[in-house]
Amino acid sequence: MKKLALALAVTSMVSGAAVAGGHSKDVKLGIALGFTGPAESLAADMAAGAEMAISEISDSGMLLGGAKVSVARADSTCVDAAAAAAAAERLISSEKVDAIVGALCSGATISILQNVAMPQGVVLFSPSATSPALSTLEDNGYFFRASPSDARQGQVIAEMLVEKGYKSIAMTYTNNDYGKGLADSIESNFAAAGGKVTINSPHEDGKGDYGAEVGALAQAGGDILVVAGYLDQGGKGIIQSSLDAGAFDHFFLPDAMIGESLTTAIGSDLDGSIGTVPGTDSPGSESYIEMFTAANGKAPGPYSDYSYDAAAMTLLAMQAAGTKDSKVFKDKVFDIANAPGEKIYPGELAKGLEILAAGGDIDYVGATAVELIGGGESAGSYREILVKDQQNTTVRYR
Amino acid sequence: MTDIINALVVLANFLLVPALTYGSQLALGALGVTLVYGVLRFSNFAHGETMAFGTMITIFGTWGLQSMGVSAGPLPTALLALPLGIAGAVALSLLLDKTVYKYHRQRKASPVTFLIVSIGLMFFIGGLVRFVIGPGDQIFFDGTRFIFSARDFKKATGLDEGLALKMTQAVTIITAILVVAAMFWFLNKTRTGKSMRAFSDNENLALLSGINPDRVVLITWILVGALATIAGSLYGLDKSFKPFSYMQLLLPIFASAIVGGVGNPLGAIAGGYVIAFSEIAVTFAYKKVVAYVTTYEPESLVQLLGTDYKIAVSFIILVIVLIVRPTGIFSGKTL
Repeated sequence: MKKLALALAVTSMVSGAAVAGGHSKDVKLGIALGFTGPAESLAADMAAGAEMAISEISDSGMLLGGAKVSVARADSTCVDAAAAAAAAERLISSEKVDAIVGALCSGATISILQNVAMPQGVVLFSPSATSPALSTLEDNGYFFRASPSDARQGQVIAEMLVEKGYKSIAMTYTNNDYGKGLADSIESNFAAAGGKVTINSPHEDGKGDYGAEVGALAQAGGDILVVAGYLDQGGKGIIQSSLDAGAFDHFFLPDAMIGESLTTAIGSDLDGSIGTVPGTDSPGSESYIEMFTAANGKAPGPYSDYSYDAAAMTLLAMQAAGTKDSKVFKDKVFDIANAPGEKIYPGELAKGLEILAAGGDIDYVGATAVELIGGGESAGSYREILVKDQQNTTVRYR
Repeated sequence: MTDIINALVVLANFLLVPALTYGSQLALGALGVTLVYGVLRFSNFAHGETMAFGTMITIFGTWGLQSMGVSAGPLPTALLALPLGIAGAVALSLLLDKTVYKYHRQRKASPVTFLIVSIGLMFFIGGLVRFVIGPGDQIFFDGTRFIFSARDFKKATGLDEGLALKMTQAVTIITAILVVAAMFWFLNKTRTGKSMRAFSDNENLALLSGINPDRVVLITWILVGALATIAGSLYGLDKSFKPFSYMQLLLPIFASAIVGGVGNPLGAIAGGYVIAFSEIAVTFAYKKVVAYVTTYEPESLVQLLGTDYKIAVSFIILVIVLIVRPTGIFSGKTL
């Protein structure tokens, strides 16, 4: 009996040491995205984008002297703050990840940041959370985002509406951090530019019928309906109901409404509607699309490129700091993202690692022309979208 | 004069047509609840999920017909698949009656026991539906979308406001009228219907006069399954099929049945329309209507309650009716 106990103790010590040894070198990244919920159709391509960057770096064998990078996925959902925090908690305590790429939606991101990432000191790098609230929220330097804040998107949308000659708009937003933040930003910018917002009302996701909401929007009137919602959820319901009742013919679609599932679901009635989605015409963007298409057999969906950049910047910062410890490498994220230094585009991550290992400087441009500004978020440029022949087409960049 | 007509068109487009459609869906649902209450004497909380189950089978039938290339022309194919859905919902109801309710009936369990049992079955059927078809949206509408669209209406009449009538809205209203008429004919004119009413009125007396209780129960479940499937499929066609929204429908359906007088079929129908019209009328913004009828254009939306409070309206009506007139508009309790 005594021998058995001793044997057990030795085995556990040995295996414990082995695990600790493995842990000390290799890096594990958590990918927490909203695989279920109102933006679920975006999550698959986003995860694929992040994993492309991760395997590119892992295969190069140059990260932190040959560390391998593994991935643990988790479903942060989109609007369920408790589920998001629980998913992140699991990543950190049982998967032992070194940093988290995520979350997809602003509400989930705020929950993870405040409940898990900041208290535990783990870097959270979101590809797509765009709420203005995240710019000012206390994060102790643990939070970054590859996407621009909606405060900026609100400016761009207001500019676009004025340029296209819309004098009055009706607006409805999904009743959460993302929708409210964006709608308020659009309203203040559009009003400042001399436009009139006839109504700015929330809608709940997941209802069967949006007739009553559309009734109120239609009574308020306006040249165009701005739908700051989700394409797989209430946003789609609002547009369908508006068309059915003949309330509005044209819609403005902010970033979370841009996606193939919407143009397919609504059909030709959506033609002529306009929108914005973060995007850039930098050379990195095209080479990313080529890389993704070669690997996955289809063009990347929205925010896939931002996910690639979020994962790449997290790992490059580790390389710059020479450690995977979040508490240390969080201070290096700005250094690798901004000038001065050698410009790094998608597919050149190995080159970036090499320069950093040699003590050099890089300026990560990536797929989305990243330029980090105060608060750890991207400065941001946008693609202007026009729905034409049931396709989202790019008119220009702004 | 044209202003008045414009105002009426606005009301018709955003209030009258949607409320008539929604009211018809609620009325058919409430009719099922009221039948169970009248004959079997308990509140059937599983009714919403039974609607979802019947609709699910209808959807499968629709997909089957579509893959065989069968269609109903301008009408939705789902109408052809309705009998299959009804058969499915009836089979499920009878199976659950035989395995669950019958046991409690034989022991003369109290209505509260039945109510709790039905809540259990609500979760069971709900789980089954989500397991088979999934929790997401299913759109199974096909055929012509509009009888006339808002744009056509404006062009034809030259008015500023448009009125749209969707195919599903017309189908819902017409089907509801036909089903309700058939239902009343059955209850009032046929021997079986009369025996059901007798059973509902006084069970012991009905038994003494030789009415077979098993047969009454059987017929009731067949009617309930059919009503649930028709109501659910019409709702799904008009809006979209999503298991969760059928669970949410339970509240307005119960409110309709109670407002009209639970156990009274006429009351169920009246209740359905009362709830539907109040939900939409109370949360409607009357800005344009006021602007057309008077010379004054209001700054605000002229809206009593935000649309977010729509579901609260049925609660409020329910509470008021229970305080002021607990038996409902038409006194309930018997068929």
